[in-house]
Amino acid sequence: MSVQTDASTTLDVRALGVTAVNRALRALPDGASATLIEVRGAHNLGVGLFNNITITINGNTGYYVAGLCDGPDFVINGSVGWGVGENLMSGVVRVRGNASESTAATAHGGLVIVEGDASSRAAISLKGGSLAVAGNVGHMSAFMAQAGTVLVGGDAGDSLGDSLYEAVIYVGGTIRSLGADARTEELTDADITKVRDMCQAANFDHINADTVTKVVSARALYHFDALKDQRY
Amino acid sequence: MCGIVGLLVRDRALEADLGRHFAAMLEEMTARGPDSSGMAIYDRDVPQGSLRWSLRGGGVTTDWAAVGAAVEAESGVLTQLEAIDDVAFLVTAASREAVHEGLRLAADEQITVVGVGRAMKLIKDVGLPREICEHYNVPAMTGYMALGHTRMATESAVTTDGAHPFSPSNDLALVHNGSFSNHASIRRQLLDAGVACLTDNDTEVAAQFIGYRMGQGDDLEEAMRHVLKEFDGFFTLVVSAERSFSVVRDAFACKPMVIAETDAYVAVASEYHALAGLPGIDDARVFEPHPEEIHTWIV
Repeated sequence: MSVQTDASTTLDVRALGVTAVNRALRALPDGASATLIEVRGAHNLGVGLFNNITITINGNTGYYVAGLCDGPDFVINGSVGWGVGENLMSGVVRVRGNASESTAATAHGGLVIVEGDASSRAAISLKGGSLAVAGNVGHMSAFMAQAGTVLVGGDAGDSLGDSLYEAVIYVGGTIRSLGADARTEELTDADITKVRDMCQAANFDHINADTVTKVVSARALYHFDALKDQRY
Repeated sequence: MCGIVGLLVRDRALEADLGRHFAAMLEEMTARGPDSSGMAIYDRDVPQGSLRWSLRGGGVTTDWAAVGAAVEAESGVLTQLEAIDDVAFLVTAASREAVHEGLRLAADEQITVVGVGRAMKLIKDVGLPREICEHYNVPAMTGYMALGHTRMATESAVTTDGAHPFSPSNDLALVHNGSFSNHASIRRQLLDAGVACLTDNDTEVAAQFIGYRMGQGDDLEEAMRHVLKEFDGFFTLVVSAERSFSVVRDAFACKPMVIAETDAYVAVASEYHALAGLPGIDDARVFEPHPEEIHTWIV
């Protein structure tokens, strides 16, 4: 059950249930740390937390782990289901295994790191957060991503960056196909620095920042014009 | 939303525990489909030359002993009958015509044939997965393969007939998470080809389509490829046949599927937590099928 020690709290997800675990996490003071065990694929672990705590999850999780958070850092020693770090506002979420669909969907801030592969629609509708995937990403990744950065160490699936806005994607491996209104662009020195910084933050040493492929919006599909109304 | 689970046993020692593991997996999918559920369970208990008929009565008490006797009288062949309330499994070497005639004589069109096969036992009902599993004693069942579904109805009414799996031909069972948008068109095409669907359910159309394709000579994987070509909509499908087991997701892959493979079994589920209680899961190869990728295992 719940074991309080000086530095860390251990929470048994199977014994306590998800609601009680999340309530216990929410009650921890800034600087505290907690370890979740007996996870067994449970959904919605560690969602909606605003305290600056460190959470270690031992096992595979279900959907939406670390979603809606603005503060805590997570290390997940396992694979995760759909929507890890969904709508993340800040904090670092590290997944040691693979991630299923919609990784870091709509994340406004923070950094989601996947050490394995991420599946379809990674970084969908990204709004300013960062996603670093060591391996591959599935199809329709970065779909309608508005702002933020996506770094893929491996290969990207079909329709990468479809209907992209101002988010930027860097791919170390191959791109199966680009989505509508996505195009590649030459790397600038600023890009190379950005990729290096992101590799350092993610602790990736297998990506050559000088040779990644940069994907941005071709801006042929979206015509957002803030001054439009003043013309009439 | 609907839930899917499947378990294919590779290590024969595990066959004795099939029902127990399968029922636990199905219960984990309750939140995805609490209105009805169903299952196809495959075992080696039917003698060579016989078929097992999965039957359901008309909602009133059926005199199953009289049904068995009528089939025996009609065919002149011995039948075995195992009944649990409104559901019965009739094992017989009698011809299809003799069984149907026996059913008609004993119960006057009140009995539905849910499925027929050399290995398959098909059960479906309205209610929570746990209640259905307990009612039909599923945890005690043995066998080499099981496929299950928990339903949250979208395209047709919550009825036992609308519950999955659908079985279009011997030993074939299909479950579906998603919805088809062109099922009415394909239903008409099938009717032109002489295949009539029995319910308003969209999933049944896919089942009948696969049954039709396999009747035309396709193997299971070829039939699944035709599904990808002809059907519009969202789907994760799992189809089991007597000796094979196949999984496919549509091009968008909006409906989930997780697969776990070990030397002892192949297990599939809509969500990982349905697999988390299986023996040796921590050492299993766990992965998700890519869009339009057909995975088939041969028993």
